[in-house]
Amino acid sequence: MDRFRERRKNKADHYFDYSLLFIVLFLLGFGMIMIYSTSSYEASKDYGDAAYYLKKQAIATALGIAAMIFTANIPYHFWEKFAVPGYLVSAVLIGLVLTPLGVKVKGARRWLDFGIGLRLQPAEIAKLCMILFLASMVCKMGKSIRSQKGFFTILLVPLPISMMIWKITDNLSSAIIVFGIAALMLFVASPEYKKFFLLGIAGAAAGTGVVYIITRMASSEKLDFRGERILAWLDPEAYASGKGFQTLQALYAIGSGGIFGKGLGQSMQKLGFIPEAQNDMIFSIICEELGLFGAIAIILLFLLLIWRFMIVANNAPDLFGALLVVGVMGHIAIQVILNIAVVTNTIPNTGISLPFISYGGSSVMFLLIEIGLVLSVSHSIRFKEV
Amino acid sequence: MEKNKTFHRKKILAAFLIFLVSFIGLSVRLSYLMIGQSQYYAEQARELHERERSIKAARGRILDRNGVVLADNKTVCTISVIHSQIEDKEAVIAMLCRELTLDEEYVRKRVEKVSAIERIKSNVEKATGDTIRDYNLPGVKVDEDFKRYYPYGELASKVLGFTGGDNQGIIGLEVAYDAVLEGEPGTILTVTDARGIELDAAGENRIEPVDGSDLTISMDMNIQKYATQLAYQALETKEADSVSIIVMNPQNGELLAMVNVPEFDLNEPFTLPEETGSGLSEQQKQDALNRMWRNGCINDTYEPGSTFKTVTAAAGLEAGVVHTSDTFHCPGYIMVEDRRIRCHKAGGHGSQDFIHATMNSCNPVFVTVGMRLGSDLYYDYFQKFGLLEKTGIDLPGEAATIMHKKENIGMVELATISFGQSFQITPIQLMTTAASFVNGGRRVTPHFGLRASGQDKRVSGVFTYPVREGIVSAETSETMKMMLEQVVENGGGKNGSVEGYRVGGKTATSQTLPRGSGRYISSFLGFAPADDPQVMAIAIINNPQGTYYGGQIAAPVIRQLFENILPYLEETDG
Repeated sequence: MDRFRERRKNKADHYFDYSLLFIVLFLLGFGMIMIYSTSSYEASKDYGDAAYYLKKQAIATALGIAAMIFTANIPYHFWEKFAVPGYLVSAVLIGLVLTPLGVKVKGARRWLDFGIGLRLQPAEIAKLCMILFLASMVCKMGKSIRSQKGFFTILLVPLPISMMIWKITDNLSSAIIVFGIAALMLFVASPEYKKFFLLGIAGAAAGTGVVYIITRMASSEKLDFRGERILAWLDPEAYASGKGFQTLQALYAIGSGGIFGKGLGQSMQKLGFIPEAQNDMIFSIICEELGLFGAIAIILLFLLLIWRFMIVANNAPDLFGALLVVGVMGHIAIQVILNIAVVTNTIPNTGISLPFISYGGSSVMFLLIEIGLVLSVSHSIRFKEV
Repeated sequence: MEKNKTFHRKKILAAFLIFLVSFIGLSVRLSYLMIGQSQYYAEQARELHERERSIKAARGRILDRNGVVLADNKTVCTISVIHSQIEDKEAVIAMLCRELTLDEEYVRKRVEKVSAIERIKSNVEKATGDTIRDYNLPGVKVDEDFKRYYPYGELASKVLGFTGGDNQGIIGLEVAYDAVLEGEPGTILTVTDARGIELDAAGENRIEPVDGSDLTISMDMNIQKYATQLAYQALETKEADSVSIIVMNPQNGELLAMVNVPEFDLNEPFTLPEETGSGLSEQQKQDALNRMWRNGCINDTYEPGSTFKTVTAAAGLEAGVVHTSDTFHCPGYIMVEDRRIRCHKAGGHGSQDFIHATMNSCNPVFVTVGMRLGSDLYYDYFQKFGLLEKTGIDLPGEAATIMHKKENIGMVELATISFGQSFQITPIQLMTTAASFVNGGRRVTPHFGLRASGQDKRVSGVFTYPVREGIVSAETSETMKMMLEQVVENGGGKNGSVEGYRVGGKTATSQTLPRGSGRYISSFLGFAPADDPQVMAIAIINNPQGTYYGGQIAAPVIRQLFENILPYLEETDG
């Protein structure tokens, strides 16, 4: 409590990353405009209310901003003691999906419904808890992280959660993101380069190998749906009515946008051609309506956001704070990169939403809590340290 | 507490740089898709969004010779509701119930149904559609469409025919002149959403339809109307199965009327008459409809009977085997091989010349003339007169002549053919053949179509029809006119005479197959003026009850017809 009072007293001496806050607020506002533009036609057909999705997103965003303000005003070390319980709680919540609390939406059992209209994706909670748990753990390990054992411990810790997300909620993309966050945090925590370089090479080789095997197997018709996704990725037009449908529709949208786009609200592909365009495929509608300029502007904004994360992380007063920010940076950067890569058919199709812009209440709420954490870390930076 | 060390900062910078490189890579990929591939994908997307919709061309009208519209197009409306656009549901329901006089329950069910578009009622009168549109209630849609409309309902139903849902002719002139009437449909390229719903805001790309040409036919609506009245009168008084009347100009083949009662309502062509029992199978119903639509004058053949004696007479005169002054004796029968063929007058006509034999319609005399010709020559004349070919009338489904093979014609067959039995021809065939005997020997093509006029130049113009000269000599033709005038003046056809006009003609009463069934067809073929025929008419009464002699029941029909139309035709010609 002493620290707390002191911080209050010297408020003026402390840094606060307003640019980061404004970038986030801008992305949220832009996201809501795009959600309205993308979903209004289908929403008015399906629900008789053009703002159906916009309203739901606005409520989630308002709750998220409240949570962000709350988190930003609590010193981040307060959360350290929740690291282990957080890890366990996220594991339990994922397990709960299998109970009657779990809700199936469009064929995927990924949500928990606590009644009173509160519906959560445990995978989103798990991402936040993983960041907190790893940051705390790395700090506790101290120098032992440099040992072989320490390295692999950190690499193994996220695996159970990742596997649960993949196998229980059938959500490979979230599993990859959780593991990606952990890998990035380990990369920052460990002074090594060579190991990561080798790991990266090994990963790339394994990926290429899998793709090669699947293309060779293509004729044998013994592929599961993920295998077919790989084939649809390589030639979406050959799978136009099946696995390649969504990707191809997104490419139509992106391609028809051209350099300057059709203008806000003028997308054709959002009229039911891209199913639920307000979700994972919203970037393709941004491309169609705002063109290459709009798309690059959004990428630049995300780059700016990540740059701010780097500044805050580099100036964090301690490693715990720095790692928290690195985790959040990893989460958002990986998700943005994978989303745009999927939409542009650079990688095989898998469901990943675009942070702050895609429709989705759980996602925006937990992202805003993460931003609150980063702001809290930024708040603890003293000017003399900058 | 662990410090944030320098190597951590380097690592964070390294991570940032990895992300930066990824972002640059994605931007390059985007630029490739949105500049390099833009045209390709935009084209693919455009094809996906565009729908081609055809615009109906207005079908050409059918006009009678005086320009009276017999087949027209009527604008009708289809009323639908678009669920998502309805603002005041109750007002919409109340208005639709009131204007369309529909059940509230029926309307409510459709208005409340969550669907893209729900049809409430089609074939609504344009006036009602306009009223509904004027309410300006959001969510209520009024679409206009063309529907074929026949102002006179039943009039000449089997001749005019009707059209199906795709604007195509199904029977009658609507089929025969489909190419003239149908026009060329246009197209609208519209942009639609994934459900196929058109977007209003998007621009339309239209190719205008070419409307069909109007068809003017030789029918005279007044004559057709009057002939129909007479036919119905005969149908009812004689309790006949059907009555047909054809009126033609024998000089050029223009048909002025063609009646087949009972007719049917062209505006409801799929509605069977009430007396047809319900509970028919789909096939039975279709058969009943086909029977109802049949044009007996051209689709059906019959044994012509005594009217066919004109052919025997013309052939005999042409060949020179008989002359008007030749005298014959009729004992009431004639022996052909071992068969006794009776005359209709039991006691016989006694001694008579050929003119009187024709007036008396004496069977033994005509058998004798047939015998004089012989089967080969008779068959050659049958062929020369065109009786083995179709007339070429511009209506679909003309039936062919049913005739013995040449080698199968023995004496008995020849005898029966001579007075119009044992073979079958269509009424229009008989009419066309008879016309050639009284118009100086020209076989004309009976027809309705006169000219087409419209935007489409390819199908516009005056129609011409083949005429074959020299069927009989001018002399034979004069003789035929004289003899047939005598039939009406003083012979069996005197019920066909009209005061103040010279009328020629021939009656017929034929028993239908099987013989002894008690079913008869009585007919009368007449023309006027007898010296220069301008109009020829035939009345055929199928299965009359009571008196069945053609001279007594069919001739008066033509007399009444002539009494009315002869002065009328003089007037219109003048």
